[in-house]
Amino acid sequence: MDKAEILKKLNDIFINTLDNADIVLKMETTAADIEEWDSLRHIMLVVEIEKTMKTKFTSKEITKFKNVGDIVNSIEAKK
Amino acid sequence: MKSFTELCKNIGKTSSDFSKIKLAILGDSATQFLGQGIKGLGIDSKMEFEVYESDFGQIDQEIFNPSSGLFNFDPDFVLIFHDSNKLLQKFMDTPLDQRQQFGESHIQNLSKLYSTLKEKLSAKLLYFNLAEFRDGVFGNYSNKVEGSFLYQLRKINFNLMNLSSELKDLFIVDICSVCNQMGRDHFFNARLYYQASLTISLDGLPFVAQQTLDIIKALKGQIKKCLIFDLDNTLWGGVIGDDGLERIEIGNLGSGKAHSELQKWGKQLKERGIILAVCSKNDEETAKEPFLKHPEMVLKLEDFAIFVANWNNKADNIRDIQKVLNIGFDSMVFIDDNPYERNLVKESLPEVCVPDLPEDPVDYIDFLRNENLFETSSHSGNDQKRTEQYRAEAERIVYQKSFSDPGEYLSSLKMQAEIREFDNFSIPRVAQLAERSNQFNLRTIRYSEAEINSISDSQDQIGLTISLKDKYGEYGIIAIIILNKKTDHYFIDTWIMSCRVLKRGVEWFILNELSSLAKSKGIKEIRGEYIPTKKNKIVKDHYQSLGFIEKESQWILNLDKYQEFDNYISKA
Repeated sequence: MDKAEILKKLNDIFINTLDNADIVLKMETTAADIEEWDSLRHIMLVVEIEKTMKTKFTSKEITKFKNVGDIVNSIEAKK
Repeated sequence: MKSFTELCKNIGKTSSDFSKIKLAILGDSATQFLGQGIKGLGIDSKMEFEVYESDFGQIDQEIFNPSSGLFNFDPDFVLIFHDSNKLLQKFMDTPLDQRQQFGESHIQNLSKLYSTLKEKLSAKLLYFNLAEFRDGVFGNYSNKVEGSFLYQLRKINFNLMNLSSELKDLFIVDICSVCNQMGRDHFFNARLYYQASLTISLDGLPFVAQQTLDIIKALKGQIKKCLIFDLDNTLWGGVIGDDGLERIEIGNLGSGKAHSELQKWGKQLKERGIILAVCSKNDEETAKEPFLKHPEMVLKLEDFAIFVANWNNKADNIRDIQKVLNIGFDSMVFIDDNPYERNLVKESLPEVCVPDLPEDPVDYIDFLRNENLFETSSHSGNDQKRTEQYRAEAERIVYQKSFSDPGEYLSSLKMQAEIREFDNFSIPRVAQLAERSNQFNLRTIRYSEAEINSISDSQDQIGLTISLKDKYGEYGIIAIIILNKKTDHYFIDTWIMSCRVLKRGVEWFILNELSSLAKSKGIKEIRGEYIPTKKNKIVKDHYQSLGFIEKESQWILNLDKYQEFDNYISKA
């Protein structure tokens, strides 16, 4: 799976979890860009991503995520 | 079960006919997700939750400070969640020589929280018991060491049951069972705990919310009263009409043990007071054969209040069962292995609960046990007789058809009624009726057992039970009256009757009794009120038909002019 495909899948997860069909993710998107992406929803997003992508992040990785691109890169590196 | 994300999407989808419930959540861990889960799940049961949450770790402060946000909020329910991970922290901070008393002092603290709450609020207290886990200090040897964490944790769980049987408005939400069913690896997520102080995983939350909601629904009178079984491939394996008595699977034959287990479960429920019925596509004689002749059948014909076996469609048959039992469709559960029959019933009678049984009969019983279909909020010894009472009712209906004159029928029943003030024997049953009755209930004021208790001691109120028997058997307590004594009149705060005794003239008997009671105290007027709900239309004209006159939304009966109603009930 390449970065574009991962980004596409993440986009679906964000739309579903944040209940906002208008979300269009880019690599540089951050929590500040999406209104619904608060700290509680962030927890839900991470759990959903792990479940859907069948991967597991460590706590250290999660604290280092600065934008969507970091998440994509982390998933790609684990494949 | 919906996922947590799906529950969150539910939030806000309320409608004006939803019942509104105020819930306060006090926890020593982060509880926002729990609140959202309960809100979201409530929507599917037409409940709109308004949730108050304290900052976490503020349980004692909220309760011991009389001007806290909790008391301002004035909730219907207070949920307290002491988490077992937090409990371990507290345990480790406890000096070694005090650890043997750790569990005891936890229970004492809870008991204090309860009494402080109840001084100010009428709210019911829901309390999560503890999800169990081991701390890896003594290993299995913990079971021998009173001062170990596991020993004290389990002691708390055990003593919570004792405490809640003592404190009438304390209800335990058994999240320990939820955790056992899911497994702790799925129930608890270490990362969520250490990073966000969330002690229940997102996968676990919907199940915990469900248990909480089940209790709230039961306390609001939404309970299941009747279990309807299909027969072929449900109560036994195979088809009695095709396979014959020797080849149906029950007991030791084939997967018979799984079906026997289902029957045993039915028997337990019957003994608890759930009414059993049969609804089967069969000839009646064929359908009854296993009950009469098969040595390994657990359930017998007399365990069922109603036995319907014919070739009509099952929705129509369930309608007939409902008519005889006179209970709401929403209090019925229908168990059938056949997806076609299930869907037909679901579509025609959406209020009936129709669990989607797993395909393999060996999975039936575990699935059903975990559906928590029969949550309740009270239990009385009277419950066990219920099936007999409904069987007698079915016989009465047949008997009634042989009379053309209703008066002649009623007098032939030789009814006797007894009227008594609330006493220790009747209070559990009174509380049950007060919590459950929806239809013949003039004002639908819900009273807990504790509140009923205080009415029985009160100088300003009179609580009366009316029990009835006839030639077919005893009905037990079938009506409750609560009167508020005013200086010049009695106000009927509560008039509840069991729908099993409609059209027997019980209301005439009761009013005659109330009027002589009032007159004997020099009271000249009885007043009543009808508060409409979705379910009590049946008593809309109750007071009018009894000769009360409407005045400023109350109904007034002048006792000077009252003429006793003729009726067919003699006083026991």
